[in-house]
Amino acid sequence: MTETQTTPSTMQVPPPPVVRAALGATVPVAKEAPPITIELRDVSAFYGKKLAVSGVSMSIRAHSVTALIGPSGCGKSTLIRTINRMHEFAPGARVEGSIIVDGVNIYGPGIDPARVRQRIGMVFQKPNPFPTMSIADNVAAGLRFMGIRSKSELRDRVESALKRAALWDEVKNDLKKPGIAISGGQQQRLCIARAIAVEPDIVLMDEPCSALDPIATLKIEDLMRELARDYTIVTVTHNMQQAARVSDQTAFMLMDPGDLAGHLVEYGPTSDIFTNPKDSRTEDYISGRFG
Amino acid sequence: MTSPGNSAILQQTAALYRRRRLVDRLMTGVMVVAVIVAVVPLFFILFYLLKEGIPGLSLDLFTQEPNRPGKEGGGVHNALVGSGIMVGLALLIGVPIAVGTGIFLSEYGQNRAGSFIRFFIEVMAGIPSITIGLFVYSLIVANQSGLLPVMGHFTAFAGALALAILLVPIVARITEEMLLLVPRSLREASYALGAPRWRTVLRIVLPTALPGIITGIMLGLSRIAGEAAALLFTALGNQFFSTDINAPMDSIPRRIYVYALGPYDYWHEQAWAMSLILVATILIISLVVRALFGSRVTVRS
Ligand SMILES: Nc1ncnc2c1ncn2[C@@H]1O[C@H](COP(=O)(O)OP(=O)(O)O)[C@@H](O)[C@H]1O
Ligand SMILES: [Mg+2]
Repeated sequence: MTETQTTPSTMQVPPPPVVRAALGATVPVAKEAPPITIELRDVSAFYGKKLAVSGVSMSIRAHSVTALIGPSGCGKSTLIRTINRMHEFAPGARVEGSIIVDGVNIYGPGIDPARVRQRIGMVFQKPNPFPTMSIADNVAAGLRFMGIRSKSELRDRVESALKRAALWDEVKNDLKKPGIAISGGQQQRLCIARAIAVEPDIVLMDEPCSALDPIATLKIEDLMRELARDYTIVTVTHNMQQAARVSDQTAFMLMDPGDLAGHLVEYGPTSDIFTNPKDSRTEDYISGRFG
Repeated sequence: MTSPGNSAILQQTAALYRRRRLVDRLMTGVMVVAVIVAVVPLFFILFYLLKEGIPGLSLDLFTQEPNRPGKEGGGVHNALVGSGIMVGLALLIGVPIAVGTGIFLSEYGQNRAGSFIRFFIEVMAGIPSITIGLFVYSLIVANQSGLLPVMGHFTAFAGALALAILLVPIVARITEEMLLLVPRSLREASYALGAPRWRTVLRIVLPTALPGIITGIMLGLSRIAGEAAALLFTALGNQFFSTDINAPMDSIPRRIYVYALGPYDYWHEQAWAMSLILVATILIISLVVRALFGSRVTVRS
């Protein structure tokens, strides 16, 4: 199994509207504007005094899957959580540098972090549907937070999100069942549906498959490829095969023995990182010499 | 296959296993005894309550007002209604304050103000009910300032207030604990959808913790429903039927107290019957509430 074969053909061009319609979106996907890129400029993240991620700069391409890989504790989760300003929920947490999304610095003055999070969805390591809510209500939760009250609109958007999350066929008769009454893989797709129901531009995923069995993992991976047509996907994984299978770009991070903070070692097209790494540390990692 | 070294190890582990099994049995025995010591008295209380309480039960007990002392028959209708009103009013006053305090402590209380309030509540939980009764007595009943119409005399309102003060620390503490049990991953999921903090608390955290909070309210309810001391010099008691919260009001615990110490056999019988009614009512309310909310107990880690 070589990486070049398993890497899906890269597809950065946004699909024409016809394709989007074919994806079963009953609600028109209003994404005719130029796709949203993310640009990290010298991003450092702290927990109190502790520097966890140091000086990361990278441009993330729109409508593609970007994977963050690296050994445990190198700051992947910390970095991805700076992109939707979730990092600041940790006590004493702080971010330096800027992250430009759609031309706007999300760390700029006057930016409402809640609004940032509405446009940048997130899927977590462990599936976390709201236990008191039904499947449908889980998907509708973000829409209700946005103030959407119309029953028919909610119903349509729930259906559309569940279809795009490849879950509709499995749950369409059980929409009233509790969101935690389905399998782990289904719960994770439910969380993906919940994240995309609010029509974000970007979806962040922090090791979305690490709590799932291999079959459920493959389903999520397929889904990530599908979603990349409409969304910009950034995912953390410590499974290199997974990075090779799903991502277009790969960023390799490593903790620097000097400052004990995570640094970006190498970033580029996935096929380059896996077949022709420039940095010897990347090569050591992908060839399994550590990590 | 087994080498000499191996069999020595096996013998050693066998001895270890025997000892462990012995200790295990011993500890199990100790715990069984502890359970028996705890359960047997409870069983006797319930048995006694049924044995002594059932003979006094009659329709009259529920529908009639008390006779003048010494005249057999009559009921405790006024005390039943009075307890219902005062406990209900205490819940109305106490639960919002307690739940609000619990929310504040769990969501915004990881600082010095929080620690102070937490300490204050601990102290409050330890104050004897008679002292709280005395406090409300001097605050409301003996207060001749005329600031509020309920001041200056014994009132059902003063009784309800005393009960509410007893209720708040119990419910506030349990509410905080239950909210803190809600996994962080659920809060994060909500934040990640762009929900602000207060909305996350109201829409996600509170509903998830609701079964636990309700259990706490039930605990508080059973605590105040049987409370006599806090009512003695607040609501005082009333020989007649009254629903006026600005007047003295009767209550079941106070009437049990009076009848149990009184000279008449029919009073003793009615006191037992009232005790049975009290316990049965609390049991029924707990069961109904559990049936309504119990299926939603979903707090997981
Ligand atoms: N809430 C936190 N408080 C303090 N330090 C943290 C916290 N979360 C993570 N860290 C530290 O930050 C570093 C990076 O962690 P993380 O981003 O979770 O790594 P990864 O996701 O790559 O395994 C680690 O050294 C970790 O101990
Ligand atoms: Mg991580």
